[in-house]
Amino acid sequence: MFWDWNYVWEIMPTLLRASVVTIEATLLGFALAAVLGLVMAILRMSKSQWISVPTAAVIEFIRSTPLLIQIFFIFFVFPEFGLVLPAMTAGVIALGLHYGAYCSEVYRAGLENVPRGQWEASTALNLSPYITFRDIIIPQAIPPVIPALGNYLVALFKETPLLSAIAVLELMQTAKILGSESFRYVEPITLVGGFFLIMSLVASMFIRQVESSLNRSLRNPGGDK
Amino acid sequence: MTTPMVKFDNVTKRYGSLTVLDSLNLEIAPNEKVAIIGPSGSGKTTVLRMLMTLERINDGVIYVDGEPMTHMEKNGALVPASERHLRRVRGNIGMVFQHFNLFPHMSALKNCMEAPIHVLGLPRVEAEERAAELLDMVGLGDKKGHYPSQLSGGQQQRVAIARALAMRPKVMLFDEVTSALDPELVGEVLQVIRRLAKEHSLTMLMVTHQMGFAKEFADRVCFFHSGKIAEQGAPEDLFNNPREERTQQFLSAVLEAG
Repeated sequence: MFWDWNYVWEIMPTLLRASVVTIEATLLGFALAAVLGLVMAILRMSKSQWISVPTAAVIEFIRSTPLLIQIFFIFFVFPEFGLVLPAMTAGVIALGLHYGAYCSEVYRAGLENVPRGQWEASTALNLSPYITFRDIIIPQAIPPVIPALGNYLVALFKETPLLSAIAVLELMQTAKILGSESFRYVEPITLVGGFFLIMSLVASMFIRQVESSLNRSLRNPGGDK
Repeated sequence: MTTPMVKFDNVTKRYGSLTVLDSLNLEIAPNEKVAIIGPSGSGKTTVLRMLMTLERINDGVIYVDGEPMTHMEKNGALVPASERHLRRVRGNIGMVFQHFNLFPHMSALKNCMEAPIHVLGLPRVEAEERAAELLDMVGLGDKKGHYPSQLSGGQQQRVAIARALAMRPKVMLFDEVTSALDPELVGEVLQVIRRLAKEHSLTMLMVTHQMGFAKEFADRVCFFHSGKIAEQGAPEDLFNNPREERTQQFLSAVLEAG
């Protein structure tokens, strides 16, 4: 028998529990990426070359090495230096770092798109650099790049199966274990693929929704008046 | 003689090999209204931008209210100002820009409250009162909740004036504030500046192409030409009997254009 429905119903609860881990890793990893990305983008724009150049180098380094190697490095090599991390933590940090580097480029585009006049007005009003970023620049820089950030959220989500390489019990790892126990791979792997397909489509639809409502409010920040 | 409110002492500004301002000396008395005119590229906007610390100077010292701004005293000598020193002295100066530069994500009221709250440390209620008062003064009492995109250019520029005034500066800089406006909106902005000049003791520096307004508003007009003050004087003298040939040429060209 190529496809066994009984087996499907049998493994479904296990897979659903594992999908929670996948979603957790996605959300935690992306939250970290969103914050790290913004920090890296701001450091990279620093007037001091002692800050901007090393930051640019780190971003380039992270973007130019495979995520899988970064995951292995954090999980297997860091303990050599005395830093032992649980698999899930190591995985989330690797995802956050890797996608943080990508997000920083998105943020940078957003930050550079804020007209120079906004910085000058902030200086003329004597706002501190912190208040200028927090109240003036970031609120204008981020809304236009939310769709691009959303695409990275979906991309990160689809890369979480890499965490199975360090035995995080997310969907892919769970499917592999189920397969090795029953010698049936068709159902678990198909179900995992279907799950990713559905979640990605839902996320894309959600992003499009956010995008169009953003477009509306960006064009007319006060609503109809 | 009283201490000048603003003093440029041999100030030079270069962009690469291009000298934009060539050892400028200019003193402006407290409460004096000075109009700066001249052809484009003569360095007139740079004067305001240096005073607002938007441009670093290459040589010389700028004093504000008797205190060096671009430099600070250290062991009896003048050294380039730290960011902290700049922030303190900059508080005396407000600026209105050609392109308004309002914060597009904030209402007119919020635009005028941001700096008083975060720089002067005013309580929110007080900042709101002050902002509302100033918006009333510029004739926009009924537009407090409007966002910049919902306002005309003239209205936006009036909000920008209120926003700068909310910081209670001693010196106000106006950088071609009507150049980006449709002709029919110029009047309402000039009206506000006229009132300001009459009712407030403010030192005002204005770069402008509106010769008629400069004549009426200013105590003194400075004509800039290739990085230097080519001629200055009371508006009646400068406009009616310009001594320098360059001034005559400029004025006849501008007046011809209408």
